[in-house]
Amino acid sequence: MRYLPLTADDRRAMLAAIGVETVEDLFRDLPASARIQDPAAAFDLPDHQGEWEIEQALSALAGQNLSAATAPSFLGAGAYRHHTPAALDYLIQRGEFLTAYTPYQPEVSQGTLQALFEFQTQVAMITGMEVANASMYDGATACAEAAAMACRVTKRKKVLVSGSVHPHFAETTTTFLRYTDCEVEVLSPDVFGLEDLLGRLDDDLACVIVQTPGFFGPLKDYTTLAEAAHEYGALLVVATTEPLSLGLVTSPGEMGADIVVAEGQSLATPPGFGGPGVGLFATRSKYVRQMPGRLCGETVDVDGRRGWVLTLSTREQHIRREKATSNICTNSGLIALAFTIHMTLLGEAGFTGLAELNHARACAAADALGKVKGVRVLSQTFFNEFALSLPKPAEQVVEALAARGILGGVPASRFFPTYPELAEVLLVTVTEMNSDEQVAALVAALTEILA
Amino acid sequence: MTTLYYTEDHEWIAVDGDVATVGITAYAAGQLGDVVFVEVPDDGKAVSKGKEAAVVESVKAASDVYAPVSGTVIEGNQALVDNPALVNESPEGDGWFFRMTLSDIGELSGLMDKTAYEALIAAAG
Repeated sequence: MRYLPLTADDRRAMLAAIGVETVEDLFRDLPASARIQDPAAAFDLPDHQGEWEIEQALSALAGQNLSAATAPSFLGAGAYRHHTPAALDYLIQRGEFLTAYTPYQPEVSQGTLQALFEFQTQVAMITGMEVANASMYDGATACAEAAAMACRVTKRKKVLVSGSVHPHFAETTTTFLRYTDCEVEVLSPDVFGLEDLLGRLDDDLACVIVQTPGFFGPLKDYTTLAEAAHEYGALLVVATTEPLSLGLVTSPGEMGADIVVAEGQSLATPPGFGGPGVGLFATRSKYVRQMPGRLCGETVDVDGRRGWVLTLSTREQHIRREKATSNICTNSGLIALAFTIHMTLLGEAGFTGLAELNHARACAAADALGKVKGVRVLSQTFFNEFALSLPKPAEQVVEALAARGILGGVPASRFFPTYPELAEVLLVTVTEMNSDEQVAALVAALTEILA
Repeated sequence: MTTLYYTEDHEWIAVDGDVATVGITAYAAGQLGDVVFVEVPDDGKAVSKGKEAAVVESVKAASDVYAPVSGTVIEGNQALVDNPALVNESPEGDGWFFRMTLSDIGELSGLMDKTAYEALIAAAG
């Protein structure tokens, strides 16, 4: 059975049109050292197989994974598992949404534009900010764009990244600004939430980027930092990788944040293989013209009826080219839609209730785990994820837990391999999807492994 | 005594000694359509002849406004921040963009007078 639509004759005709003899000639710019000489020897793959045989082979391969679909999972570190109702999956796959993807013609995109406007409204509400865009690709690039925006707004070049910030956010920000005039300083991992940011403020700083809950768990009130940063003319950027926490803690807007960025995955989709995500981006109205990304606005048509349209397009690169606020000319439409539907189904009561439930379960689990011999809970405060200190390298413990069918958490060394002092730190997340039995199983397994 | 000059990019500059006021012409404002936003330069900013000094944004487009001559900005018209429509209402009066000092009076000789400018826009049709 063939899966490829091209015949040998099609190929010959195309090669002739291009002006080469064989397909190999098209790869002549690749150095010989980078090329596989004998594919048959390099890959043990048959030339072709039937659809049925392939389904069986791939299912068998996938079956070798231990995944959150079947095993109790306490994984977090930037991707969080919450229950998404069946209605959500059904609604986002409706043709009306899938086909109206790029809403540059408002007259045929009112449905998708209204959904984006509701999305923006929800993001602004939960972050406590005045305006939000129609989403960035993911939290990490949203963080990078926030740093670039702060440099534009303050006309300064220095960006300070707290040790509380997720390393992927920090790395993406550094990469994003690498060949610009701006410099990014990333502080070392702040396990206990004790780093001194106030002492590092100066007149050259465009912004300070912080995260709450921090990568290692701690919750912080950044009101004092916001005031201090503003005295120096710098902006405060607050990031979060678990936006569900906003259902329980003081919003970054109330703390005085100038820009709030987040990875919206936990409220929109399962963790999947780490994507796709949705970047939340919110700021104050006075900075809206410096905000990157698509922005949906409310307007009226010629008959006075309410309608929606993409607006303030002169921030974008298809209008202003190199003077635009960013090169992004899209948004994470499908996942933003999923976020909006999920939040709508939850409602305010559901959102706060779910947040409280997560926190309560995490507290109970932390208490139980703290009683296991050799285990210390490092996070004084946390939302649904906390850091444990183990008497052995966390990577070994995680492997031992996996052998017992439990995805026990993420070793800090996975993200900070060059910090030997973090080798015994394990990040554990507990959500509404972890039952009492699962937590008890984790405690029992950990006790056995550390005995 | 104030002398009025014009550029090919449809800016006007009213020169009084070594201080000048800069704006866009009625023709330009008409071509742009309703102005919704103006970004005026900061006080003290150095500008160069022919280089961007301000940005004017209408419902149709965002355009750069160029400095007709080189010098330093004394003041941007803050009235345009709250009321960008002034550019359409009074482009050659209250809708001025910025005031500046001139660093090279000689650059004025390359600019057009009113007659030459009117001939330019008549030819554009």
